[in-house]
Amino acid sequence: MTDLFSKFDPLIELRTNLLSQGQEDPFNLVMERVISPTEAVCNGRPTILLGTYNYMGMTFDPDVIEAGKQALDDFGSGTTGSRVLNGTYAGHRAVEDALKEFYGMDHAMVFSTGYQANLGIISTVAGKGDYIVLDIDSHASIWDGCKMGDAEVVPFKHNDIEAMEKRLKRIPEGAGKLVVLEGVYSMLGDIAPLKEMIKVAKDNGAMVLVDEAHSMGFIGPNGRGVAEDQGVLDQVDFVIGTFSKSVGTVGGFCVSNHPKFEILRLVCRPYVFTASLPPSVVHTAATSIRKLMHAGNKRAHLWENSRVLHQGLRDKGFQLGTEKAESAIIAVIMPDLEKGAAMWEALLKEGLYVNLARPPATPANMTLLRCSLCAEHTAEQVQTIIGMFERAGKAVGII
Amino acid sequence: MDRAATAEKIAGIIEPFNKKGVEITDASTFAGDLEFDSLTVMDFVAAIEDEFDIIISMNQQAEIETYGQLIDAVVKLQG
Ligand SMILES: Cc1ncc(COP(=O)(O)O)c(C=O)c1O
Repeated sequence: MTDLFSKFDPLIELRTNLLSQGQEDPFNLVMERVISPTEAVCNGRPTILLGTYNYMGMTFDPDVIEAGKQALDDFGSGTTGSRVLNGTYAGHRAVEDALKEFYGMDHAMVFSTGYQANLGIISTVAGKGDYIVLDIDSHASIWDGCKMGDAEVVPFKHNDIEAMEKRLKRIPEGAGKLVVLEGVYSMLGDIAPLKEMIKVAKDNGAMVLVDEAHSMGFIGPNGRGVAEDQGVLDQVDFVIGTFSKSVGTVGGFCVSNHPKFEILRLVCRPYVFTASLPPSVVHTAATSIRKLMHAGNKRAHLWENSRVLHQGLRDKGFQLGTEKAESAIIAVIMPDLEKGAAMWEALLKEGLYVNLARPPATPANMTLLRCSLCAEHTAEQVQTIIGMFERAGKAVGII
Repeated sequence: MDRAATAEKIAGIIEPFNKKGVEITDASTFAGDLEFDSLTVMDFVAAIEDEFDIIISMNQQAEIETYGQLIDAVVKLQG
């Protein structure tokens, strides 16, 4: 018998080697207690959280929590059914209404996760004979959506407008085209030149999908994302988003102005063939989204946090993923996986949690320590974090 | 462009990507013999696409394992 697991041997060996040196497992951390959006007890230690996607700090918002508790009492713990059968409750409609208002769009469709939203929309909208043109650094859920569908898949170099245009122009006449972009690319925290890219896409007759997972609630005057910030949201055919980041719970969605959008509810398999979100989740999401519409002060404070941390780490001599702070993600580039893992552990012992990211999730085979800021981080916490990075960086020999 | 002319052009394009100077035949595999990782594949495919003004979609790339198969595919894609 061939052991089907033998294909994982190289990865098992890599992990064994790493952990045999006494390294704490970066991919097996337990948050024992969560004190606030920015603090938890991890592996027995009080820890500042700098590696969550809780950008707007909504997870402990009293109104959000109250909405969830009320929904548990009123509607029970789960729907036990698909959105198209017995799984659409008042709360699912309420959160779709909140999304339509948040984005100023005609239609909203809520999925059980953002992963499924990309999987479903991309694989359903682009079919056999159509072409998907996408950035090579796209999120796994976008790639998997491409793989699940029957369209021809054509990647182009990250954020390269000319490479994208050339590929669009080579597509056979008459074929359907979908350009897939992200507002913020979550590994390096860089943003896309959506204004230019969407113009090229439209000039070449393509429909445009933008994944705004990491910008919702934060970037743009109303927190609608990078497309809003660059003044081109009205040109975007489909916005994909998630409740698992700024909204502070779990779930995914697509909003659109396409007049025939509602038909997707019947033909999109990752929407149909799975249970809908629990009532408590959709009520917390709806409450959170409505609060995010009026969160201008929080957005301003989060920008300040992001800029201060970026400047502080750069001044200490760390190599960062972007020249300037472009989002709430600051990626610190590590020389290699071993140093990265050592630095991650040194930070954890200082009392700081960041995300360790390694290939294949990262571009160009980089090892990254990804810091994501929260609107609830205080200015003092940001200074404490910079000090922790300095001590850990010197101990590990990175700076 | 016929197969010989296409092959000659591709031979020129692959040279800077063949860092170890492996001797290339039609049977050489990209992943095995040439040790191309995914980043190299992406840059190499982009160079070929630009030279011949064609698209080699991911779907088509999945079918191409050897150097000879690439030449055949490019000949075909030029129509
Ligand atoms: C760009 C992007 N799209 C989609 C997702 C998926 O979101 P979710 O956590 O809701 O599945 C993520 C999060 O990992 C993401 O980073």
